[in-house]
Amino acid sequence: MIALEGVGKIFGGRGGGRGGAVEALRDVTLHVGAGEFVSLIGPSGCGKSTLLRLVNGLLPVSSGRVLVDGAAVRGAHPDMAMVFQAPVLLPWATVLANVLFPLTLKGRTGAADEERARGLLGKVGLAGFEGRLPRELSGGMQQRVAICRALVQRPRVLLMDEPFGALDALTREELSLELLDIWAGTGMTVLFVTHSIAEAVLLSDRVVALAARPGRVADVVDIPLPRPRSFGQEAWPAFQERAQHLRGLLFQRVAA
Amino acid sequence: MRAAVPPVLSIVVLLLAWEYGTAAFHVPAFLLPPPSAVWSAVVGAWPTVLRHSWATLATVLMGFAASVAISLPLAVVIAGSRPVAAAVYPLLVITQSVPKVALAPILIVALGATALPRIIVTVLVAFFPLVVSSVAGLMATPPELMEMARSCRATRWQQLFRIQLPFAVPFVFAGLKVAVALCVVGAVVAEFVGADEGLGYLIQTSMAFFKVGLAFGAVVILAALGIGLFGVVAVAERVLFPWAIRLETPTV
Repeated sequence: MIALEGVGKIFGGRGGGRGGAVEALRDVTLHVGAGEFVSLIGPSGCGKSTLLRLVNGLLPVSSGRVLVDGAAVRGAHPDMAMVFQAPVLLPWATVLANVLFPLTLKGRTGAADEERARGLLGKVGLAGFEGRLPRELSGGMQQRVAICRALVQRPRVLLMDEPFGALDALTREELSLELLDIWAGTGMTVLFVTHSIAEAVLLSDRVVALAARPGRVADVVDIPLPRPRSFGQEAWPAFQERAQHLRGLLFQRVAA
Repeated sequence: MRAAVPPVLSIVVLLLAWEYGTAAFHVPAFLLPPPSAVWSAVVGAWPTVLRHSWATLATVLMGFAASVAISLPLAVVIAGSRPVAAAVYPLLVITQSVPKVALAPILIVALGATALPRIIVTVLVAFFPLVVSSVAGLMATPPELMEMARSCRATRWQQLFRIQLPFAVPFVFAGLKVAVALCVVGAVVAEFVGADEGLGYLIQTSMAFFKVGLAFGAVVILAALGIGLFGVVAVAERVLFPWAIRLETPTV
């Protein structure tokens, strides 16, 4: 469903930019099947967030192609929704209005849309908070609202850019299991950027390890753990093995 | 209500000191008339004072409206395009470097002693801070918010009206408060130079006939006008954009 073919991204440089060009990604080839949960992991500066933005169409590629269902991505794709590292909620809008925001851009929202938004908020434990303003919510609650804002668009592809990166460890574990619950049975494809090996292994069908400067694919690791996943699986040899392998990949590349 | 006690008290004390100070030190009324003399002068010429106050208020309001109508679109254009900003900013700075008091007589000769040159002078005095603060507000929109909007496929217009302008509201209102006070200044400057009505004109003619009390009264009315209009803008902000006030004072 998503295909990256020899994708490269170079920032600056063109038109005599100051400081010269920075090559963020080089020759990235990756295929993600429908309904798959794929994590991108790598050291900072490996271009994993950039890769997500290329897939979303927020940035143009410098070389290669990004295809969704065989068609080149041009501008933000209607079947994709993105969750960012920060919640980026509208500070003046209520929780409900924030969730409905993407729909209001397309036209008037009806009672059915509002019902669905309320349903999503209920699913992430925010029933009763619809009328609150974002600043009245904790960081974890704000990020839940941001996830609802992505899901309300009924995306076929959910892009997540270190969505739990700014949260405390407990909230983070709680939210990752919630995410798996929401994802299960939806057939949604998830592309998940993280810098946590445990998180990547726990959540994903496949983990893509990226090397830095320039960002390129170091390895793609299958995670054959049964679903539903739980933190108990972290003790399993299969889990440990994959995590160890990824750790080896990431640190070796950093040292090189 | 309790918060109003100290400022009211200080004003009352000031008036009392002024009243009894002028009497105690035998200050001549043509230099500094006591408040009671100012009061009776204003009451004595009430219909005249009222007519001139209305004239000034009309100039101020029209100048203010024109300033808003010019400044906000201008700010949007400047914030939206780097080349436009580079082209327009020098012109804005030039209009600000030219003393408006010097410009006023030229405009009045060119356009005649009508309301138009007065409104133009008012706008010239008032619009610049409004443009600057509005641009600052539009530019201060966090890039993450803009990226989120683009990811949701917001059009350029939607990004402006749904994200940037709401975000700029506290900045715009900061500019509006400065602008409304400057509009009073601008209107009086224009009335000084060439007008047949308005409080600026009243002050000049009163002084020419040594009606110092009336001139002082006009000054007091101008101050009240400025404070009142400032208050209207502040209340409008609180009523129309209650969240903007709360954003200014972040709570934990």
